[in-house]
Amino acid sequence: MNIKFHIQDLNFYFNNEKVLKGINFEIPANKILGIIGPSGSGKTTFLRALNRMNDLETGTRIEGKILLDGEDIYNSDYDVVALRKKVGMVFAMPVPLPMSIYENVVYGPRLSGNNDKTRLDELVEKSLTAAYLWDEVKDRLKTSGMRLSGGQQQRLCLARVLAMEPEAILLDEPSSGLDPISTAKIEDALTELKKEYTIILVTNNTKQAARVADNTAFFLMGELIEIGSTGQIFTTPGKIETNDYITGRFG
Amino acid sequence: MKLIGEKGVKRILMATAFSAISALLLIALFIINEGLPFIFKYGIKEFLFSSDWQPHLGKFGIYPMIVASLWVTLGAMIVGAPLGVAGALFLSEYVPKSVMNIIKPAIELLAAIPSVVYGFIGVMVLAPIIRENFGGPGLSLLAASIILGIMILPTVISISIDSILAVPQSYREGSLALGATTWQTIHMVTVKASRSGIIASIILGMGRAIGETMAVIMVAGNSVNIPHSPLDSVRTLTANIALEMSYATGLHRQALFATGVILFIVIIILNSIASVAIRKRMVKR
Amino acid sequence: MRIHPRYTQRGAVAVLGGATVLTLMILVFIIVFILEKGLPVINLKFLTSNPEDMGRAGGIFPTLIGTILLPLLAIIIATPLGIFTSVYLSEYTKENKVTRIIRFGTDCLAGIPSIIFGLFGYIFFVITLGFGWSILSGGLTLAVMILPTIIRTSEEAIRAVPKSYREVSFSLGATSWQTVKKVILPNALPGIVTGIMLSVGRSIGETAAVIFTAGSSLRIPDSLFDSTRTMAVHFYILAREGISAENAYGTAATLIIAVLMVNLSAYWLMNRFISKRS
Repeated sequence: MNIKFHIQDLNFYFNNEKVLKGINFEIPANKILGIIGPSGSGKTTFLRALNRMNDLETGTRIEGKILLDGEDIYNSDYDVVALRKKVGMVFAMPVPLPMSIYENVVYGPRLSGNNDKTRLDELVEKSLTAAYLWDEVKDRLKTSGMRLSGGQQQRLCLARVLAMEPEAILLDEPSSGLDPISTAKIEDALTELKKEYTIILVTNNTKQAARVADNTAFFLMGELIEIGSTGQIFTTPGKIETNDYITGRFG
Repeated sequence: MKLIGEKGVKRILMATAFSAISALLLIALFIINEGLPFIFKYGIKEFLFSSDWQPHLGKFGIYPMIVASLWVTLGAMIVGAPLGVAGALFLSEYVPKSVMNIIKPAIELLAAIPSVVYGFIGVMVLAPIIRENFGGPGLSLLAASIILGIMILPTVISISIDSILAVPQSYREGSLALGATTWQTIHMVTVKASRSGIIASIILGMGRAIGETMAVIMVAGNSVNIPHSPLDSVRTLTANIALEMSYATGLHRQALFATGVILFIVIIILNSIASVAIRKRMVKR
Repeated sequence: MRIHPRYTQRGAVAVLGGATVLTLMILVFIIVFILEKGLPVINLKFLTSNPEDMGRAGGIFPTLIGTILLPLLAIIIATPLGIFTSVYLSEYTKENKVTRIIRFGTDCLAGIPSIIFGLFGYIFFVITLGFGWSILSGGLTLAVMILPTIIRTSEEAIRAVPKSYREVSFSLGATSWQTVKKVILPNALPGIVTGIMLSVGRSIGETAAVIFTAGSSLRIPDSLFDSTRTMAVHFYILAREGISAENAYGTAATLIIAVLMVNLSAYWLMNRFISKRS
């Protein structure tokens, strides 16, 4: 089993407040890791640490290491731009850029200098197909991405990430605003995609993790309480906090 | 851009970002360089407090001009501030938003009218009215005050409206729920809450009034004397500079630059006060 | 004496409303007055022929050239400087001492009266740099005058671009400059253009700064180093020297129409893009 990410003694501070405490675990490649936990437990902060999106905020500080394929991404030599091309992110609210569907998808590749029309056309079809959106938009690629429904927009965001041909995909509560059908489509897509990518999914919906994730990690108040295979976590959790959260005693 | 790289881009942007402050320093430097030596040579007391302005005799007392500028500005405030604040209150509190969105830009159009046109209207329309109804030459302190008061209206109204609209709706609702009328809410709650912004707008208006040149030249009369009534002809600091600059040489010219220095300092102070108040308010929002 | 609130309310509406109506009436009066007396003077001949006898007769063609060239030069210089400054302030820095100094400089610059710019332009561009009374001196001086406006409106427009767009762009591996170039500037463009047009409007009406830097020559300029006269300057001279009331009105009317056209286009542009976005 290949390890994609090694998290070693990770502490994360927001304006001197410790929001992630002593996180230590490994994320295997080509599997879906679900991260669950109540609001404020640090799940999103952790996710955004994996592609250094937290760098965009002021007052952040990190201790410890996050190794991607063995290299510490917080090393001062590490190329952040390249990191984000390898590790893509889908946000909670769908954010189509104010451009056509086509331009949305090729935004990333164009940044890397890829301007070959044939190659881009192929990439667009491949990414939209993998995001389970191609059939719905193939005839209107030039129309604005903002005209799509919420569920379609979110799949567009997924396609946009896929067009970068990343190695890992981070999803931050991707279906929080979506109806069950759109949610199902995204979950189906993820199940297919894990064959090629490492997927890390933060979700407030424990049932989603139960449906889709291979492994599940439970975060509470900035600490990683427990991690294991989804089956084990949901049927025989080791820690009492995990059990209480899953059974709805708090949340 | 690829040749320059991200770091290069950042450096270029940083350099351009200093263009505004560099320009400001350059302006300050050159004006002060031309004007300050004169002040030291001539003596600041004589310069500011003597009423004797006769360049051909080497006399450069700008006291009458200072008094004129102060009175003209005060007059502009008396005309423009109440009118402006009243208009701002009416537009923000009594008028539906859709109407306000048409009227506010229209009033801002007042700001786009060139100052020379204002001056011209002052000469052709206002001065004769003053002359016929109140006496005096018509081209007077009064005329200048009225014209300037009108000219600062867009500033006062615009910024006051922004300030009034920034007052949270909950304040108004709280007052109305207690049975107050709209007017009572306005003068007891809304105005108090937006006070700093309204005052800032008036200070900015003051800055504009003190610095106005062309309109004042056309309607104020331009006699060098201390005014005893609003109907007297006066010459402001700005008018003095503009009128004599074209033929001034040597010490005379330096005196005009020195006047510029005084103006510059006064206006920077006024605008700093106003800007601080406005930015503070914007950040709070 | 206590007046019933209902009556103070009515009184207030009357007073405040009256003030507003008065303000609007003044605006309308000014425009109507000038146009009424000036429009009859304007015809193709007036606009395309040269002035004769120092402006007593003839047209205002050279002043049209001056009125176009000076703001044009000012825009060419001030726009890139202004946009880059606002980009730097919003995208490349966090609020700190340096940004506060830059903003302070911009605010101060915005408040300086035009006569001071005239003095500065004269002593710096005309005399020290030796450009003489010229389009160059005038355009550079105007550029410094409009710089703060362009910085302010650009910054507002840039800040209006949603933060989420930036996040998305960065998460796809874009650099700051790529994000600015491909997402932020295109979306801020309407606001920026509005600021530019408002600055043009202001430059067209500017007199004090222009007279002392671009001079008042009535000849059609051959080069950037030639002096030129703008419509505003021409109008001022005609009116003050009492040369020709008729031509003064004509020039004023042309001036007002030009200014109104520019400002109204700016508003229309802004509104069109606001509705397009939503």
